[in-house]
Amino acid sequence: MEAAEGVSSATPTDELNGAGNLMDFLEEPFPDVATYEDFHTIDWLREKSRDTDRHRKITSKSKESIWDLTKSLLDAWSGWVVMLLIGLLSGTLAGVIDLAVDWMTDLKEGVCLSAFWYSHEQCCWTSNETTFDDRDKCPQWQKWAELMTGHSEGAGAYVLNYLLYVLWALSFSFLAVSLVRVFAPYACGSGIPEIKTILSGFIIRGYLGKWTLLIKTVTLVLAVSSGLSLGKEGPLVHVACCCGNLFCSLFSKYSKNEGKRREVLSAAAAAGVSVAFGAPIGGVLFSLEEVSYYFPLKTLWRSFFAALVAAFTLRSINPFGNSRLVLFYVEYHTPWYMAELVPFILLGVFGGLWGTLFIRANIAWCRRRKTTQLGKYPVLEVIAVTAITAVLAYPNPYTRRSTSELISELFNDCGALESSQLCDYINNPNMSRPVDDIPDRPAGPGVYNALWQLVLALVFKIVITIFTFGMKIPSGLFIPSMAVGAIAGRIVGIAVEQMAYHHHDWIIFKNWCRPGADCVTPGLYAMVGAAACLGGVTRMTVSLVVIMFELTGGLEYIVPLMAAAVTSKWVADAFGKEGIYESHIQLNGYPYLDVRDEFTHRTLAADVMRPRRNDPPLAVLTQDATTVEDVEMLIKDTDYNGFPVVVSRDSERLIGFVQRRDLTLAIKNARQKQDGVVSSSVVYFTEDVPQLPASTPQPLKLRRILNLSPFTVTDHTPMETVVDIFRKLGLRQCLVTRSGRLLGIITKKDVLRHMAQMMNQDPESIMFN
Amino acid sequence: MQGVFLLRTFVFVCVLLLSEVTAKNSEDIRCKCICPPYREIEGQIYKQNVSLKDCNCLHVVEPMPVDGKDVEAYCLRCECKYEERSSGTIKVTIIIYLSILGLLLLYMVYLTLLEPILKRRLFGHSQLIQSDDDVGDQQPFANAHNVLSRSHSRPNMLNKVEHAQQRWRRQVQEQRKSVFDRHVVLS
Repeated sequence: MEAAEGVSSATPTDELNGAGNLMDFLEEPFPDVATYEDFHTIDWLREKSRDTDRHRKITSKSKESIWDLTKSLLDAWSGWVVMLLIGLLSGTLAGVIDLAVDWMTDLKEGVCLSAFWYSHEQCCWTSNETTFDDRDKCPQWQKWAELMTGHSEGAGAYVLNYLLYVLWALSFSFLAVSLVRVFAPYACGSGIPEIKTILSGFIIRGYLGKWTLLIKTVTLVLAVSSGLSLGKEGPLVHVACCCGNLFCSLFSKYSKNEGKRREVLSAAAAAGVSVAFGAPIGGVLFSLEEVSYYFPLKTLWRSFFAALVAAFTLRSINPFGNSRLVLFYVEYHTPWYMAELVPFILLGVFGGLWGTLFIRANIAWCRRRKTTQLGKYPVLEVIAVTAITAVLAYPNPYTRRSTSELISELFNDCGALESSQLCDYINNPNMSRPVDDIPDRPAGPGVYNALWQLVLALVFKIVITIFTFGMKIPSGLFIPSMAVGAIAGRIVGIAVEQMAYHHHDWIIFKNWCRPGADCVTPGLYAMVGAAACLGGVTRMTVSLVVIMFELTGGLEYIVPLMAAAVTSKWVADAFGKEGIYESHIQLNGYPYLDVRDEFTHRTLAADVMRPRRNDPPLAVLTQDATTVEDVEMLIKDTDYNGFPVVVSRDSERLIGFVQRRDLTLAIKNARQKQDGVVSSSVVYFTEDVPQLPASTPQPLKLRRILNLSPFTVTDHTPMETVVDIFRKLGLRQCLVTRSGRLLGIITKKDVLRHMAQMMNQDPESIMFN
Repeated sequence: MQGVFLLRTFVFVCVLLLSEVTAKNSEDIRCKCICPPYREIEGQIYKQNVSLKDCNCLHVVEPMPVDGKDVEAYCLRCECKYEERSSGTIKVTIIIYLSILGLLLLYMVYLTLLEPILKRRLFGHSQLIQSDDDVGDQQPFANAHNVLSRSHSRPNMLNKVEHAQQRWRRQVQEQRKSVFDRHVVLS
């Protein structure tokens, strides 16, 4: 909450707000001049100039005394302090979330009797009862059927376990959606589309608040543990940005300047991805490529630092031991062959196609949720989807376990030490090779069984994720996309492996695959498939490859990953230019001017500006001929965000631009505080008091709130240039003049509507300005 | 300011966690050796809590299932890994998470079920004006704090808390309307 301040313009000397007392946050915040309304766009140029003013003032004062010098040093260092705090808190929260998810996921199946807070793996950590085939068996951890009835095998026990699994899943998701509904409705969904819009200059009050942070963290654990087909990466970015917003309020340098605050939020997003995956460099690149709007070099360094601190904090919490920071660590280093690029590119095509299918289907479903009766029953929807997911997921062992475990198993190669069904190859009994260099073997019956189950799991996951993403609980889609890709990749990998073994005399295999050699690694195909599907959905390129090789540690496999990422992006872009996040931004009508869109039409500024031919004339203020009453009526009758100020109604030469909010606050303040200001007082924007008859009441000077350098273009400026100016400078509105006379105004909403119209989309879908 | 207050709580929690973490439990280290099937012998897993330098096949695999000559061949196939965990961190984290979840649950039950019943019983139906658009909403009535302040002369602090809580409730109600009812934000 902003500190309660008078209506004077923000004093930049109010630096480190030290010990405020508890009572301050209970006060209603007094709206400040030069702040913004909810659901409006900020003025980047104004924020930048305010920050430069503040900085210049501090620097010039710093030469006066030691105390001022210290204050200027602290001001310079406050950015790094904020990054440090963000990294610490994000790392801690991610560690808590990881531990809690691990425990609660296993809670659906059973409980640890010796210490209830241990998950299955942790419970059997010290036990000696574990066998080679069942690595997690021990008497301390019992399934629910065994606990309640004493039987652990048989149809009755299976049905009871099934029932309890579904009941636990339902209770977790019901709890999650109720908490979201009662305490923080902004905590639902992924969060990345809204954060992208916020970083481009939009204001959504409360979206990065403290309650949203708390509820998102708590309900994310519940949502992931309930077995739904969603991930925690997108919500972790939202959590990290909430932390960023929280620490911004400690320093007035960031809390009073929306532009500087967004620099901090960009870096916080990098820290979020860094702890979600254990991929700090990937996090910085993700923030650069996907989330941020303006990304100067300073933000790059700060993001790097924040991601580093976050990864370090997570590592030092380190609850799982020293082997689990890299999430899907692969231990093999077998080389790949050029001929394998063909299946890799095929996997890329699959990823692109799946991405397109997912985006179209998910947007159609979300649009249905927005417009029809389906949207009136969010709690019922969540419960229904959870019930369907749990009922269909339990019988298949590959969907019963958590998605991260599934991906981990699919990425790993089958050595002699694995005993799962997927690794049921027919071993040569005389084989005496060391563990890493097992040659290709024929598949046993277990592998074929596993293949069937994997195909069913693939179909299930493809369908259910479409309905899960976008529900009113925190949901991410990185892990489900990677799971779809990993399953598809593994299936292709096993197929290629068996083909290479049984037909090693075909031309394609003869050159690089000799019998008795280890040619094909199905785990690598799973990795490539995961990268392809994730790239097809989000359209990431560089950050995707970096995240993938930071996730797996497989530096040898960068080229296949790049090939798959590029292929999937090309295939997916052929069907539609937008990734999932841009599509959601478009669905909600946020005023997001994408930097990737190219505007190539030949319209002019005169075609887009308002007022059009049939509209009422432009609402302007004159520099010294308007009364307070006129201004108030203008504000009441219209809902424009600002008014140009001209010399007089005849000459219409432009002086400047004044914001609606500033006008309202200034007039309200003047009526309350200044004597002699009445409805017929003249409002003037010049430097000196205008010549008025002696009997008129005291005039009101409002030059302070006037922006003397509004951006103008002439009416023949091509729209291409205008769109470029809006994008590069972050303008909210732009005035159109001809021969020096004010003609009209172009706002960001007009630009967005015009672009939508040019692309044959519905211009009325842009809702905010 | 509230930010500083939260920061102090956060530091306190960090110190608490660190104290649990640094109390090392001897059971928290182990060496795990996985040995695949060899000739007639089944695959086996051996665990012992030994330190890092003793984490190899000869120290951990007991009793050795093969005789003198085959020991080397058997051990060559086994893979031994040293693992550490922090049981204190796990315990503290789960208990903190469950307590926060429990508190939120209790507060939610209070807000949705108990508070309207209590207010209705204390003030009677007629005094409170229900806001128009609260059709499906369980939130207590909008001007309840006015009624409260009129009927009792509360000390300043409690009044402020009540005000702040009412303001927060109104904000959440606004958010709920735009997300759940009008579907304006967040599809």
